[in-house]
Amino acid sequence: MDPGADGALTGRPQHRPQIGGIRSSFAPWEDPAARPLVRFEGVSKAFGDAQAVKGVDLSIYEREFFALLGPSGCGKTTLMRMLAGFESPDGGRIMLGERDIQADPPHRRPVHMMFQAYALFPHLTVALNIAFGLKRQGLPKAEIAARVAEMLALVKLDGLGQRRPDQLSGGQRQRVALARALAPRPRILLLDEPMAALDKKLREETQFELMSLQQTLGMTFMIVTHDQDEAMVVADRIAVMREGRIVQVGRPAEVYEAPVDRYVAGFIGDVNLFEGKVSAHEGPLLRLQAADGQFDAEGTADVGEQVWLAVRPEKIAVHTEPPADPRNRLAGRILDYGYLGDWTTYLVEIAPGRTIRAARANATRTVDRPLGCDDPVWLTFAPSSAVVLTK
Amino acid sequence: MKRGPSAFNIASVVLGLAFLYAPIVILVVYSFNASRLVTVWGGFSTRWYVALFQDAQMLDAVWVTLRVGILSATFATVVGTLAAVALVRGGFRGRTALAGGVYATLVMPEVILGLSLLLLFVAAGLPRGFWTVTLSHATLTLAYATVVVQARLATFDRHLEEAAQDLGCPPWKAFALVTLPGIAPAVAAAWMLAFTLSLDDLVIASFTSGPGATTLPMRLYSQVRLGVDPKINAVSTLLIGLVATGVIAAYLIQQRRRRAEGAAR
Amino acid sequence: MRRGRSGLAAILPFLWLALFFAFPFVLVAKLSLSETALAMPPYAPRIDWSQGLDGLKAFFAALDGETYARLTKDRLYLDAYLSSLRIAATGTGLLLLIGYPIAYGISRCPPAVRQALVMAVILPFWTSFLIRIYAWIAILKPAGILNGALAALGLPPVDILNTETAVLLGLVYAYLPFMVLPLYAVLERRDESLIEAAQDLGATPLSAFWRVTFPLSLPGAAAGALLCFIPMAGEFVIPDLLGGSDTLMLGRVIWTEFFANRDWPAASAVAIVLLATLVAPILLFERQQAKVLR
Repeated sequence: MDPGADGALTGRPQHRPQIGGIRSSFAPWEDPAARPLVRFEGVSKAFGDAQAVKGVDLSIYEREFFALLGPSGCGKTTLMRMLAGFESPDGGRIMLGERDIQADPPHRRPVHMMFQAYALFPHLTVALNIAFGLKRQGLPKAEIAARVAEMLALVKLDGLGQRRPDQLSGGQRQRVALARALAPRPRILLLDEPMAALDKKLREETQFELMSLQQTLGMTFMIVTHDQDEAMVVADRIAVMREGRIVQVGRPAEVYEAPVDRYVAGFIGDVNLFEGKVSAHEGPLLRLQAADGQFDAEGTADVGEQVWLAVRPEKIAVHTEPPADPRNRLAGRILDYGYLGDWTTYLVEIAPGRTIRAARANATRTVDRPLGCDDPVWLTFAPSSAVVLTK
Repeated sequence: MKRGPSAFNIASVVLGLAFLYAPIVILVVYSFNASRLVTVWGGFSTRWYVALFQDAQMLDAVWVTLRVGILSATFATVVGTLAAVALVRGGFRGRTALAGGVYATLVMPEVILGLSLLLLFVAAGLPRGFWTVTLSHATLTLAYATVVVQARLATFDRHLEEAAQDLGCPPWKAFALVTLPGIAPAVAAAWMLAFTLSLDDLVIASFTSGPGATTLPMRLYSQVRLGVDPKINAVSTLLIGLVATGVIAAYLIQQRRRRAEGAAR
Repeated sequence: MRRGRSGLAAILPFLWLALFFAFPFVLVAKLSLSETALAMPPYAPRIDWSQGLDGLKAFFAALDGETYARLTKDRLYLDAYLSSLRIAATGTGLLLLIGYPIAYGISRCPPAVRQALVMAVILPFWTSFLIRIYAWIAILKPAGILNGALAALGLPPVDILNTETAVLLGLVYAYLPFMVLPLYAVLERRDESLIEAAQDLGATPLSAFWRVTFPLSLPGAAAGALLCFIPMAGEFVIPDLLGGSDTLMLGRVIWTEFFANRDWPAASAVAIVLLATLVAPILLFERQQAKVLR
């Protein structure tokens, strides 16, 4: 029960606006008492002259589905391979629980990997593939058989235990690779671009299956991918990597709606950037002077500081009549559009050579006043819909 | 542009293969020739095969040759596979030197190799005989074995070995359980190649062999100088049959394996 | 982590090659600088280790290049040297001319057939080399099959055996797989879309071949050429069986010196000379292969 604006207890609970609009109770990273399962401390790695990983600090908690996201060459695969043990860091520590596992060879780490190209042993059956790690652990035969059966059921491949990899489809082979890595019950499962070889439909199905599997088993997963949609769908938290460094770590909603810099804003989804200077503070808002116009937005910056205003296309409303409120209003004409079925995107020219992207969900089947090329339109966005970036 | 081979292409291949196989065909045919003479066909006969099996010296030479071949091929394959692993995986200081040594052995004229090996045995005081020939043949065929295994190993998916390590195998065990079965056809092919080369070698055997270890090529060479002996046709046909069967079998096995592995990707 | 391990695998092959391949050359060199004490080993001079460093110095002082002097004085050796190189070069040239169409033809065939054809090319190589050369004798000799066939066609007989022609024929026959395989390996990997691009831009099929396929196949040709030339220069069996007394090749010279004349130092000296000549091509070959390796 919060006090109301006049200080009196009103009895109505106040809701603080929250980014992304999803409420989740799982957030061990916010708990100061929680100990992370995996910790990278100042880890760096160079190959010859090229620095692949530069001083990375990262914590991954138990039962998290963590995503390492970045373009090719950003170092994410190297970081994962260091955790698996196939590369050794030049500097820093890699902690699993309370131990520094740097010196441990891969076959001694309780970390298992699902390889990008699956790497199934062609000379072994599906069952023997899955049992491989269990045999190395020296488990008794009966237990191995039971565990293999359990895994086959889990990945929905019952009855296919005696087949060989070359007799399976691509999707089936992926499940075998997954089952094989999960069977020895690793403390963390690493997935190296698992959806890279799948087509779109299969990819979506697999994403949800992976999430459900992770929840059912209560395991910690770490996925490495360059596909931002994938990371957004499956992950509890995403770490955006660029040129060997972690740029931002946060929930998908945080990374999307509250990027720390222009790189993250541009890497995930589409964004419109307005470059300008802070001209004044207007109450809780900042007034910005940009080449495209004057804008009010929420944020923290000093007067005179150079900033960039990031506005996502779906936050921009498209009007056929000039709206009364002049705040954050731009006039332009439609240069091009894309009809995607569920969304329509508009490319609006507000000045010669300067275009803004706007997007609108097609919430109704029919529209009274349809828009077309060269139509004059007005674009507006709310001050809270824009993010002020200082870098 | 036409996708398939042109008439010229087909003609080249056919003529080339005819050129390669003509002597072999002639040998096989004439091994069944009742007449001694090459220009006269005396009817189908297996008398030369019979005579062959009654020729003690020849049989003895065959026996020696087979033993030398099997042993030297085995040495060559073991050492050659190790060399192939080292060369493909790389990352150690003497790699260029090792590669250099392997390729130099590959192209070295056999007279030079034979002479130098003999001098080694003389300097070491080793009596020439079975073991000197075997070691020499192993040295000769080592490079070929390396090249064959190396070619296969280079295309072998290293992730398979990593997956095995990831699941708990120490590196040597990962190699033995995953990589070795995968390259087994190539190792077998390397063995067969080394065996054939040993079976076939005249020059090095002449330099490094000794009394009691006369190989078949040595025996054949001395006989060839004396004239054409149809028993040679017979023993040749048998050897060709033996090797051809082995090679074709190995090839078929390799094809089957390769298909299985390609699909497991 | 895995890097150091491959070094372990290299130890045995390294030692083997060092002992059985590299070290003996030192012995050959030493022998070439020695005298024939008797027709049997050991040869003077020997290193007298009991005298320590003096013994070593005495050894080097006693080495003499007399054998080499003998080689240069006798015209025969020079002729054999030049003719070996000449025949090896000619043989390599013929192999390129004959092997290239075959390799190219195979690469143009549908994939399923290709493998079988490559096997067919390799298979003779795996059967006895000596025996196949021997078969050529049966074909080429005066009363042989070739002349028999020519007679049947009413043509005059040819006298090829025991001439350089027969030797070249034998060399081409024996080394053909060594030329076809490297060429095929390169030709097979060619990118069809490059040819199509050339034709799209106006090149005729012949021109596309000459300007695109052929230049890209040169590394394979170079590999094949070296793979054939180097051993051919020292070839023994083929010149011996198919060549005449006037076909001089160094392989035969070494053999004759060693087995017939029992002149081990002379054989060694000739071997050293041959080896010295081949060092450059061998290094070239190694450089080429090293590029392929990494």
